[in-house]
Amino acid sequence: MVLSHRLGEWAGHAPVLEEEVALANIALDLLGQARVLLSLAGDEDELAYLREERAFRNLQLVEQPNGDFAHTIVRQLYFSTYQHLLYARLATAEGPFAPLAAKAVKEVAYHRDHAEQWTLRLGDGTDVSHERMERAGEALWRFTGEMFRPVEGLDMDAQELEAAWLESVTSVLSRATLTVPEGPRSGAWTAGAGRQGLHTESFGRMLAEMQHLHRSHPGASW
Amino acid sequence: MATAAAQQTAGTQVYGGQDDTADTAAYEHAFDTAVAADERIEPRDWMPDAYRATLVRQIAQHAHSEIIGMQPEANWITRAPSLRRKAILMAKVQDEAGHGLYLYSAAETLGTGRDELLDKLHTGRQKYSSIFNYPTLTWADVGAIGWLVDGAAITNQVPLCRCSYGPYARAMVRICKEESFHQRQGYELLLALSRGTPEQHAMAQDAVDRWWWPSLMMFGPPDDESAHSAQSMAWKIKRHSNDELRQRFVDICVPQAESLDLTLPDPDLRWNEERGQHDFGRIDWTEFWAVLKGNGPCNEQRITQRRQAHDEGAWVREAAAAYATKHAAPAPRTHETGAAHA
Repeated sequence: MVLSHRLGEWAGHAPVLEEEVALANIALDLLGQARVLLSLAGDEDELAYLREERAFRNLQLVEQPNGDFAHTIVRQLYFSTYQHLLYARLATAEGPFAPLAAKAVKEVAYHRDHAEQWTLRLGDGTDVSHERMERAGEALWRFTGEMFRPVEGLDMDAQELEAAWLESVTSVLSRATLTVPEGPRSGAWTAGAGRQGLHTESFGRMLAEMQHLHRSHPGASW
Repeated sequence: MATAAAQQTAGTQVYGGQDDTADTAAYEHAFDTAVAADERIEPRDWMPDAYRATLVRQIAQHAHSEIIGMQPEANWITRAPSLRRKAILMAKVQDEAGHGLYLYSAAETLGTGRDELLDKLHTGRQKYSSIFNYPTLTWADVGAIGWLVDGAAITNQVPLCRCSYGPYARAMVRICKEESFHQRQGYELLLALSRGTPEQHAMAQDAVDRWWWPSLMMFGPPDDESAHSAQSMAWKIKRHSNDELRQRFVDICVPQAESLDLTLPDPDLRWNEERGQHDFGRIDWTEFWAVLKGNGPCNEQRITQRRQAHDEGAWVREAAAAYATKHAAPAPRTHETGAAHA
């Protein structure tokens, strides 16, 4: 839901018309997945609009501001690679997430391909685009470790998933002539804390914007 | 243009009439016959230069309206009050980008590139619909745009599905399907507000009050002041006059407003038994011309955002082009180059 919101901020600002369509498409897929997940847990709107910042459990990676197109693409590459690998595994496993994962894995395959194609184009495009991608790759790297922390109620082999993710991302970055960042994959004191409701500063502002109308009319239906 | 003028496409293409006069007259005759017979003109057919120019202008401005029109609605994506509404709005804005793409493609069949058209938009040499120069101040505006603005657009565009130029007519068929879906969603959004809390009802009424007159202006100036109307109707690009379509729209909206339990902000609006149509008040044409000339509430903001998105995206487009050049599949070897390499 949070990443979908971030991608929604691109509407009307994308570098080319085809990307208006693509980014909105990805945002819609993600929102659809979020609605299914939230509905499994309770009322989707109550959970989206009436929880405060500390009660959100999203990864810090997905709440990162859009930045330039390179930041958006790298965030998408890191996340949809993870999501694709995770959903592919969940789809074949037993458990409450299997039906969702089976549907979502097809959508996420497209997101991953989109992010990979753009990583190649920007990494191996011009000097400017290469430089911007290097910076984005570096800046977001510290948020990727969190994806592989164990999550309560989610039965997955985190180590195996992480190894598959690293291999895939390394391969794409290398083909895009980009450096695989060397820094730590968990940031400072908030390391892996999104799942515990500890977020980065921009997240509160994002929620304020997202929730303000809903909260201004308590009990109203829309 | 399937039958009457088919023979003209078999011969040499003539653009701009540098061929001899007799041939041009024959082409013109074939064109007129095809239009009169309600046949479609296709990209490779001969057409008068002025017909081509009018279509480029109209289709391009239509395309520009779709992409500028994303802004007032996208303004509310991040604030949509429920996840369902947010999904609907995102899908709608995405559709608009898609409509822009169809229409630029249709314009390109007339020999103008998308870059050139965008440049004309960015430098103010081509316009977009005046309606998008109004601000979306509340959530209810999203509903009012769906109901009234898309409603007016559909009233305008359905006859364009029978426009004499084939690629434009076909684009309009696809666009109208999606637009009518958006319109119903906008109506449904307003209905939810109208039946909601008193605050929500007031929000819906306020939005309709602000969007009603600008929506009527979408049909363009009155018939006696419309510069392109007569020629466009003769060429069957347009099928009905501005005033006819505006009247049709008013007659459709009045009962809809009643079932929404909302009023329309026009004290002169009433049923005219004799005409079998509604009479309605005078449009403020001073405001219309001011907005059209760039002095509406959001003209500056809309075009600035569009230019900014384009300028800030330049490095991305350059990167994509550079990458495509580097990784282009080698050109298929012709006999000569093959021999040279061998």
